[in-house]
Amino acid sequence: MNKPITRRSFLKVTGLTIAVSMTPHGYKLVNASEQKGASSFKPNLWFEITPDNKITISVGNSEMGQGVRTALPMIIADELEADWKQLKIVQGPAADPFKNPVIGAQVTVASASVRGFYEPLRKAGAAGRAVLIKAAAETWKVPEGECTALKGAVTHKKSNRTLSYGQLCLKAAALELPKNPPLKKEEQFRYMGKSMPRVDIPDKVSGKAIFGLDVNVPDMLYGAIARPPAYGAKHISFDQNAAEAVKGVRKVVPTPNGIAVIAESITAAWNGRDALKVQWDKGSHPDMSTESIEKAYAGDLDKPGAVVVNKGDAKKAIEDAPKKVEATYFVPFVAHATMEPMNCTAYVQSDRCDIWVPTQGQTGTLMTASKLTGLAPDKVHVHTTLIGCGLGRRARVDFVIDAVTASKAVGKPVKVVWTREEDLKYDAYRAATCQRIQAGLHPTGRIGGVSHKVACTSILKFTNPAAIRNGIDIYSLWGIFDWPYTPGYPLVFNHTNYDFPNWHLEQVLSDLPIPAAPWRSVQNAPNAFVMECFMDELAHAAGKDPVEFRLEHLGNNMRAKRVLQTAAEKAGWGKAMPKGKGRGIAQHACFGSYVAQVADVSVNEKDGKIKVDRIVVAVDCGPVINPDPIIAQMEGGAIESLSTALKEQIEFANGGVKSSNFDDYRILSMSEIPEFEVHIVKSKEKIGGIGEVGVPPTAPAVANAVFNATGARIRRLPMTPETVLAAMKKT
Amino acid sequence: MISLNVNGKKYEVDVSDDVPLLWVLRDHLKLTGTKYSCGIGECGSCTVHIDGKSARSCTIPVKDVQGKKITTIEGLPETHPVKKAWVEEQVVQCGYCQPGVMMQVAGLLSESRNPDPEKIINAMDDVICRCGTHPRIKKGIRKAVQIMRREVKGS
Repeated sequence: MNKPITRRSFLKVTGLTIAVSMTPHGYKLVNASEQKGASSFKPNLWFEITPDNKITISVGNSEMGQGVRTALPMIIADELEADWKQLKIVQGPAADPFKNPVIGAQVTVASASVRGFYEPLRKAGAAGRAVLIKAAAETWKVPEGECTALKGAVTHKKSNRTLSYGQLCLKAAALELPKNPPLKKEEQFRYMGKSMPRVDIPDKVSGKAIFGLDVNVPDMLYGAIARPPAYGAKHISFDQNAAEAVKGVRKVVPTPNGIAVIAESITAAWNGRDALKVQWDKGSHPDMSTESIEKAYAGDLDKPGAVVVNKGDAKKAIEDAPKKVEATYFVPFVAHATMEPMNCTAYVQSDRCDIWVPTQGQTGTLMTASKLTGLAPDKVHVHTTLIGCGLGRRARVDFVIDAVTASKAVGKPVKVVWTREEDLKYDAYRAATCQRIQAGLHPTGRIGGVSHKVACTSILKFTNPAAIRNGIDIYSLWGIFDWPYTPGYPLVFNHTNYDFPNWHLEQVLSDLPIPAAPWRSVQNAPNAFVMECFMDELAHAAGKDPVEFRLEHLGNNMRAKRVLQTAAEKAGWGKAMPKGKGRGIAQHACFGSYVAQVADVSVNEKDGKIKVDRIVVAVDCGPVINPDPIIAQMEGGAIESLSTALKEQIEFANGGVKSSNFDDYRILSMSEIPEFEVHIVKSKEKIGGIGEVGVPPTAPAVANAVFNATGARIRRLPMTPETVLAAMKKT
Repeated sequence: MISLNVNGKKYEVDVSDDVPLLWVLRDHLKLTGTKYSCGIGECGSCTVHIDGKSARSCTIPVKDVQGKKITTIEGLPETHPVKKAWVEEQVVQCGYCQPGVMMQVAGLLSESRNPDPEKIINAMDDVICRCGTHPRIKKGIRKAVQIMRREVKGS
């Protein structure tokens, strides 16, 4: 009789000491007793081997183009020694084994998928391989040591016998998994470290891929929601009869996010919504506008803040220093603007609820639906579709609330579709921030002290208010400061790479009603803009080369130094640039990976237009699983970052959002795309994230390049031609 | 009733004649490869071919395309050089905009078998991709041109 392995003993088996304290639900690598009379070998929810020699791998993370649906199976298949051709890769349900050990929820955020699952999936794959070898050895009555696994089969060379994993799977299912399976050595990797074509690409190219908006459930209705035009606005009146008289409209339903019109087609729902003619009051901040918001942030810098760091005596160090530098930076709100607008399809029945949704957060979706329907979580079925860009937006549940509420009201499946206008206006944006930073320089060019004040919107206020500690929102500080590891807190360490001998850091949280949320790298990107532009200003004030100056302040941070030096060297750092052109550098680490970028720019001094000619990237993410998607993420991260650096800003008016569509919220386009060079700096350090880490260095590298070209410091985003001209006038 | 010719098939659709072609394709014909993103013809995710020319289906009332030949991403052959190039160069990230991007590229290459970089940028400049696949779109176009040349030589 095989003993079931409990969660605790599994965690001991895998040696994931971090996961033990982090993961509320843990993993069940195996429960051999459940495998009695099995029709397949399914030691866990992650993979299953069937007698037809197929291996089905379930991925619980959301695929949004980052390649997780390929990377996680590569890890399992490699350690399992499976043949890539025998794999069938499917999207997993919402289930505990898919909860990420570094986060404690099933959610694809924080560049954590590979970081979180690398060790558990390796161990699960290796345990599978070991037990398949054991099954073969027992069949042939030969020592296990004489049997080898190779591409989905076990061979006994001496007797020239081979059995496929399909032939062995039922026998393997009855065996107990080893407690300490031997992992492959790096040189034995079959898939990891080599570029494997992404498994989601063929269907995306053929047009067959199903995104959330493509979901079609029999008998499905469509929902459109009239939402308030200003923050805090309540409806005064609406014409329900007129809406319900529109051809195809079935019902008008109030929801937590507005008034839903449910109809037989999306166009009918939109016509019905127009017919509602909702009258709204002016909301909570009727005078709020783009200008008033920027003023409010600047004003926040004069309020006392929560002290985050008070190391040494920054004030005295700055006062005593012969050279002082001070600068104020501003980064506005920007939208996620995912190409697939928010949407969700739900079918609420008396005994179950099905949700088809392009979500990054299965756990959040499940819990939200359970709460809204009163059904137990195991009655809620989350079907994760492909995602037309996530960027953090889709870890929220507002669109889930829309669809579940609407379906519950009509007893039919309902697909709620947001228009682009709704998607831009009802986003939770990347938090705006205004920051003042002062430093004193020693005669040697070393930084004596730094005093830094951060005014920003709280991200946690809208996502997890209980996590705000003593007035400090750590998400909004990522890239400058992070808490040392504490249980229950996502395992990331997004702390600046620089070590200042005297350091004072304060934070003031804005009281404006504009919601903020993680936006690809959370606040690492805006904060890196401030830190890396300021380091450049200090280098200049110290009369030092920007690379040399950074290296002098990176202490023993060898990974940061190495990416910085690699990017500089590959870009030809130090060579003189022709007139009108400039070169700038920035480095940043987040989510366990280190990235440096060098930007080459041309600045038209007459019209203030910046053209970025080339970006050279160096990245160290520790062990590399699938190199080509890493390069793609570095390119894409930098391009998206460049879009916010040069163009994007959400405009506000009359207490609400004025920006409405891609005609007034411009995104970077083909003529503005630089050439790219991406260098992966190999290291044997702990594995880091990839999806977000290419974003932070771009904006500061470009701003520093503009300084190099023109002598003008740009201290605000976006770097529009007007901003550049204004900065050039000051020089 | 509206009569449509989509991907070589004839359809009769009971729909109001001012409904944009996009929604008829997606919700009535269940051809969901053509995507909605902006609804105002700004981004190109909904690009299809109408009588061989790239057009944005989100702003075209369905009555305007009766009797015309409509091709969607599903109707672009799987062996089309653009589709082959897109897989070979691993152009796609999230993939949502790519059917429109590929239709735009296929339209470009049907007019010009070897477009110069300037022509490529002009043709692709008002197409939005949020993932930043632009460098690979450029590579994909170069690859598609190569595939087309090989096919001409081989034929």
